[in-house]
Amino acid sequence: MIAVAQVSKHFGSVKAVDDISFEVKEGENLILLGTSGCGKTTTLKMINRLIESSSGSIKVNGVDITKQSPETLRRGIGYVLQHNSLFPHYTVAENIAVVPQLLRWDKNRIKSRMEELLEKLNLPADKQSVYPHELSGGQQQRVNIARALAADPPVLLMDEPFGALDTITRANISREFSEIQEFMRKTIVMVTHDVQEAFLLGDTICLMKDGKIEQCGKPLELLFHPANDFVKEFLSASYLRLALGAIKVKDIWDKLNNFHEQEQTGDYLSANESLWNAMEFVIKNGKDQSVNVQNKEGQIKRVNKEELFKAFSEYSIA
Amino acid sequence: MWSFMSQQSSKLLEQTLTHIGLTFISLMIAVVIGLPLGVLISRKRKIAGAVLGLAGVLQTIPSIALLGFMIPLLGIGAKPAIAALFLYSLLPIIRNTYTGITGVDAAIKEAAKGMGMSGTQSLFKVELPLAMPVIFAGIRTATVINVGVATLAAYIAAGGLGEFIFGGIALNNTNMILAGAIPAALLAIIFDFLLSKVQTLNMRKLRLAYVTFPFIILILSSFYLLPVAYNGKLLAGFTPEFMGRADGYLGLRKQYGLNIRTVVISDAVMYKAAYEKKLDVISGYSTDGRLKAFDLVILRDDKGIFPPYYAAPIVREEVLEKYPEVETTLNMLSGMITDSIMTDLNYRADYLKQAPERIAKDFLVAQGLWKEPRSDSYRSKKGSIRIGSKIFGEQYILSNIYSMLIKGYTDLDVVTKTGLGGTKICFDAMTNDQIDLYPEYTGTGLLVLLQAKEEEINRVINNEDSVFSFVSNNFHGRYHIKWLKPIGFNNAYALMMRRQQANDLGINTITELKNYSEKK
Repeated sequence: MIAVAQVSKHFGSVKAVDDISFEVKEGENLILLGTSGCGKTTTLKMINRLIESSSGSIKVNGVDITKQSPETLRRGIGYVLQHNSLFPHYTVAENIAVVPQLLRWDKNRIKSRMEELLEKLNLPADKQSVYPHELSGGQQQRVNIARALAADPPVLLMDEPFGALDTITRANISREFSEIQEFMRKTIVMVTHDVQEAFLLGDTICLMKDGKIEQCGKPLELLFHPANDFVKEFLSASYLRLALGAIKVKDIWDKLNNFHEQEQTGDYLSANESLWNAMEFVIKNGKDQSVNVQNKEGQIKRVNKEELFKAFSEYSIA
Repeated sequence: MWSFMSQQSSKLLEQTLTHIGLTFISLMIAVVIGLPLGVLISRKRKIAGAVLGLAGVLQTIPSIALLGFMIPLLGIGAKPAIAALFLYSLLPIIRNTYTGITGVDAAIKEAAKGMGMSGTQSLFKVELPLAMPVIFAGIRTATVINVGVATLAAYIAAGGLGEFIFGGIALNNTNMILAGAIPAALLAIIFDFLLSKVQTLNMRKLRLAYVTFPFIILILSSFYLLPVAYNGKLLAGFTPEFMGRADGYLGLRKQYGLNIRTVVISDAVMYKAAYEKKLDVISGYSTDGRLKAFDLVILRDDKGIFPPYYAAPIVREEVLEKYPEVETTLNMLSGMITDSIMTDLNYRADYLKQAPERIAKDFLVAQGLWKEPRSDSYRSKKGSIRIGSKIFGEQYILSNIYSMLIKGYTDLDVVTKTGLGGTKICFDAMTNDQIDLYPEYTGTGLLVLLQAKEEEINRVINNEDSVFSFVSNNFHGRYHIKWLKPIGFNNAYALMMRRQQANDLGINTITELKNYSEKK
């Protein structure tokens, strides 16, 4: 869906982006990860031509982006910024309606789409005529996302969309975001410096440094097979958390032994949960510190935290 | 003050309406031109410095100078006034538009661009609405500035509340000043308030304004841009002081029954305006150098309403007692300057643009009266004489002559306090011991300073000697001020016209002027 080929960007003598290439398949989430100044935002902005590349080519849906006017390109791409960039003089409804109006949708279509989005993003319907400054940070960002989705663009570009929120709100929103159906069929490129967010939301992660891509691959690849020391260092601080968060119970299913009696009653945990969630659950809620897990085929196993961890270590060595 | 206002209520209303019109029209033009300019430079920052700099320079040019520049191009009246006011309002409007737009949060502008708005769409949907508070602040500033500067419109016959203000200053009539100044201040406050209300209107409703504003401008402009010509009728321009004096316009109306269309205009631009055929008749002074420069002729005062104005220095008697040498020195000039000599001296000042100091010295040298100032050691021992003068060339020349005589022939030092605006101000300075002497005119002393009763005036007015004795005695008795011997010339008020036009119409006297203007 998006093909970036040997793209560079100079600002005078400074090379902000140095000969990078990557591809994003339709429906996939690609995260551009790195510390500040690594060129990830510059890369993102070259996709919708807010910054023009110095060399290389970028294609969206097979079409070179320089072949159409920037305005037309941008109206087909949703763009979410970090800071509160909602128009302060427009109500929530008017903000969301911006791109559809630029595309000349008729009023009724705009209205129904807007109501649909408010619902999908868990915003109360009575917030329609409210101005941005009357909303909380979290609500503002939801409106921001709704605005980007309004015209149902196939591609979404997000620049640290949850960066300005407090940790708790941020965690909640990220999780919601990952579960919203609407997002699953869109091709998303997201910039973040938050490793956990990247692992939670990304199908592919491109870790950047000084304008170059250090490694591009699936989250567990970066974790278990880092391409170089930089990647290893970068992920080392949250290594365990990331790993436990990325691996699901179903991934280690075969390594689990069913030592305990199955409880007919009691808590059931889906095998689709991450190991982290499973362990958290067991520690907090499990009867005798153990829990039933059930995979989609209906098989049930009962495990405690030690077994989970043992299975995990075996998995990670492999 | 209230009685003055109610007496003059129709004039006051006329001036206020004129004032509102001038302010409003120039403001609208400034917005129509300044706002887009501000938008332009916010887009092209490179020229922002130059444009803002130019607008700033325009604003620093002294208003009266700007008005003076305009006369050859736009004549006198409303047009140059509106042009000058427009130039003055530009800076706040351009600057505030620029600041407002560049001040819009960069993230918001980026969001607008990233969502696919074109530059124009972003401007009208996002940047302008968000910049409006700052832009409006600029418009409000410009409005208040305009109301103030519009008072100067009176100087170039555009009317407005300045007529009362400057008339009052010249005649030292506080009520008149306030009658002009208070309404002007109120206008500024009211306009500002109205604009603050417009600002809080919903932007949607402002779209109506785009349609109604042009209509308002058209209606107001029609008052001004309709031909002001009274086809064939003569137009007279008089200074604010002349308009209010018994020996001026009021006398013309009363004694001659002269009924001619008049506008109020400043002395500084009056002669040029007559030369440029924007005015037909002006009230000038009979020894003004510009008579010579612009080829104007004086209409004979056949009914003798303009009293004699023989020039003589008037001095505080206290000073003469202390330093008797002052009297002998000043009297050296008596009888030395005739009408034509004075006109010539004035011509050098007004037209050849020579400095008063140079003219004074050249004159004294030519007359063999020049003496080098005595050296410091003598001067510092005695006292110092303060010489005042009013604000026109002849006074500057005379005060310089006196200054040089005193420095050359006595051990006294001289301090000049020139440019005291108006007869009353000069005289009050003297009675309040701020100056010791200045050149005054017998007629002015009689009619303005003494404000003698009508019978007394009529008794003395036709003879220059009787006027002189009358003022001499009364000034001595009332103010302990002495009139020294007359210098020798008569600088009276006079009506004047272009020589060509006077010949063509066969007008030589004021009565003939009155008869002509009553034809048709």
